[in-house]
Amino acid sequence: MGLIAPGGDAPEEAALEAASPNWVTTRLDALVNWGRTSSLWPMPFGTACCAIEFMASAASRYDLSRFGMERMSFSPRQADVLICAGRLPFKLAPVIRRIWDQMPQPKWSISMGACASSGGIFDTYAMVQGIDTIIPVDVYVPGCPPRPEGLVYGIMLLQKKIRGESLTDSTLRVEHLVGPEGLYLPAEKIDEVSEPFGNSVHQTRSA
Amino acid sequence: MTATAPAGTAADTVASLRAAFGAAVLRHATPCGDDVVWVENARAHEILAWLKDTPGQDFDYLTDVTAVDYRDPELPLEVVYQLRSLARKVDLRVKIPLDKAQPLAVASVFDLWKGADWLEREVFDLFGVSFTGHPDLRRILMWDTYVEGYPLRKDFPLRGHFSRAEQTRQALAANPEAHYSLEELSIAEAFGDLPEAMRERLLHGERGELR
Repeated sequence: MGLIAPGGDAPEEAALEAASPNWVTTRLDALVNWGRTSSLWPMPFGTACCAIEFMASAASRYDLSRFGMERMSFSPRQADVLICAGRLPFKLAPVIRRIWDQMPQPKWSISMGACASSGGIFDTYAMVQGIDTIIPVDVYVPGCPPRPEGLVYGIMLLQKKIRGESLTDSTLRVEHLVGPEGLYLPAEKIDEVSEPFGNSVHQTRSA
Repeated sequence: MTATAPAGTAADTVASLRAAFGAAVLRHATPCGDDVVWVENARAHEILAWLKDTPGQDFDYLTDVTAVDYRDPELPLEVVYQLRSLARKVDLRVKIPLDKAQPLAVASVFDLWKGADWLEREVFDLFGVSFTGHPDLRRILMWDTYVEGYPLRKDFPLRGHFSRAEQTRQALAANPEAHYSLEELSIAEAFGDLPEAMRERLLHGERGELR
């Protein structure tokens, strides 16, 4: 069934079969990815000023509907892409995590704006320093807040990413979430493997 | 103060306060045109009640309750009450200095102004001032299980006492649903306070028995 002609030595052929998807799955990939790309239903998680830009993106001038986002899904169970628009305080961390857990696969997430991506200017006791410490993120949109064009570009990047997905790659849907005890690393360990980052040269990943 | 309003400026109020309470009124100043009066903690509740209930004073509206922690550790922490008389259109700021070496406690004014409920909870949450006599004194902005301290104190580090990793771990261990239960919203409790007609409607439905 594969594109490789039979007759070579068997283990090599099997390895090639496993590595490269054959014609049928490739076309099916294209169909499925086209479907997924063109009907992304966003779950808006708007906490701050980025949400205003997000609303502008959804309104008629920028019109997210052009990208198949006709319907804002305010129920996580009918959503495909979580868009975190705004800064996330620690009090909301378990909430966004619960929403992410409630979304069915396949699902993606966009971190919109500086605060959602890195904590932004809020380098304080109450703020999560990047939602990627809570949920996996596919696309980061920079800006404070990003203009609707920025968000639209981020969505188009996500669509490009989805078009490149393959049904045969089962690792795509595997999640390694940070649990209360799961992937927890002590502060010293984090500093050991990371560079200084953030607004100040004195700031480390852990502190 | 316009000529048509009832007599008495905030400065007059402070003069009456001095006459009534003497040494319990510590200081009076007028920075930027706002009258501020410092009063003794022991008699503060009495003074605030006097300001609210004395005819001619009528400070019937509690605009805000907050606190100030100064960087100088010698200076006391001040609890601030911003009062307004809606009828007289007069504002007065009352400050209670608290010695930081002693436990920070003032008497709650919830019995005078019901609006003090959440304002005092906020001051308790962020400064750690306990309000004796408050009916429901618990954190309001930070979560119930927050153990790092009181964030608006000057000795509180900007990024908190714990590492980011530990803060994230603790945040994820919290149960978000615990904050949004029906019990929290106390719908069942409020039911008794509804008008009779509305209770009827809720119980039986507008078009008769629904149960």
